[in-house]
Amino acid sequence: MPETLLAPLRRLGGRVVHSVWRLGLATRFFFLTLLYSGTCVRRPHLVVKEIFSAGVLSLIIILVSGLFVGMVLGLQGYETLQTYGSEEALGILVALSLVRELGPVVAALLFASRAGSAMTAEIGLMKATEQISALEMMAVDPIARVVAPRFWGGVISMPLLAALFSAMGIFGGYLVGVVLIGVDEGAFWSQMQAAVDFRDDILNGVIKSVVFGVVVTVIALYEGYDAPPTAEGVSRATTRTVVSSSLAILAWDFVLTSFMFRGV
Amino acid sequence: MTMKKTTLDLWVGLFVAAGLAALLFLALKVGSFSAFEAGKTYTVKASFANIGGLKVRAPVKSAGVVVGRVTDIRFDNTTYEAVVTLSIGNQYKFPTDTSAAIMTSGLLGEQYVALEAGGSEKMLSNGDTLRLTQGAIVLEDLIGKFLYSKAEEGGSGGTQPGLAP
Repeated sequence: MPETLLAPLRRLGGRVVHSVWRLGLATRFFFLTLLYSGTCVRRPHLVVKEIFSAGVLSLIIILVSGLFVGMVLGLQGYETLQTYGSEEALGILVALSLVRELGPVVAALLFASRAGSAMTAEIGLMKATEQISALEMMAVDPIARVVAPRFWGGVISMPLLAALFSAMGIFGGYLVGVVLIGVDEGAFWSQMQAAVDFRDDILNGVIKSVVFGVVVTVIALYEGYDAPPTAEGVSRATTRTVVSSSLAILAWDFVLTSFMFRGV
Repeated sequence: MTMKKTTLDLWVGLFVAAGLAALLFLALKVGSFSAFEAGKTYTVKASFANIGGLKVRAPVKSAGVVVGRVTDIRFDNTTYEAVVTLSIGNQYKFPTDTSAAIMTSGLLGEQYVALEAGGSEKMLSNGDTLRLTQGAIVLEDLIGKFLYSKAEEGGSGGTQPGLAP
């Protein structure tokens, strides 16, 4: 009887210890990546290649989603603002929600599922097919050669993608609000400019997207590097990347927002 | 090999350029640099009996033009008044007998500090205090006073016809 009661507890404890252990490993992995980043400076084309696969290949999904998110914001915002006769504030609503929150967060979520999962699968497969061990055999450090360029490619791509997402979203809001519904164009832009501050809103949004870039790529690369070298292990690691980086993005977003926009 | 590398480089270059252009668009078209940075402003203090809903970073306006920002709001425990620090752009000079009032833009709009220039020859300098202030008008008080006076009026008006017969 006590054994049946204790078993779930023991499993729970085991899981907690296991995740703390993995968190520690991931942190060590992150510092190792930073430490071995010298290769990226000496051979920048490695990073350029990763910016291509992480950034350029994510462009379509980022641009299209940004456009639609902005269009929905324009429609929904107009519906609500119109009740108070202040539909000129539509520009403020669209720009502030995109620049402060939706741009960095939604772009990071899309980035995690589009580029993060690909990174995990790629590194997991490299490990499963013993390419990582082969590099080690040739005295090439896999972290310097494989992991660090992907890390910097992701960290450089993420803020650019978030900025493109926000810009596209504002264009979408403009399309729906001004072109389709007929909100006054001058008021749309001038009220937006008056309300959005460069340092408080835009720069904080960029900082957020850099943090999300670091979080997503570290999780994706670690999951790939840590994946059991089997087909099932790689598939599980890919799923875990998407789930845990999405959760991490939302949690970090709360933390960053509470620091950045307190009392603004 | 080299051909492939150049197309890849081209795409990455395009991507980075587009991203930077988006940032530039956000910076120039969507946002604005806060015009009242430290170093180009002077600060003056004003005490108000009631600041209503005034917030830090609220605009300071004169004749409707934004001339500065509220940088600090404190409670003075000796006078029991709110001490508001205003930071005003150096290019805007006001006489020492300028008065400050807390106004609301529109019925539901944000609150701001309105400055009205006086007639003094001397100009305000850094650290001065504005003597003439008028606190925020609290709508509830106003409605209360209005109802009270109406009730008084209505009460006297109502009893007179009743007294007549």
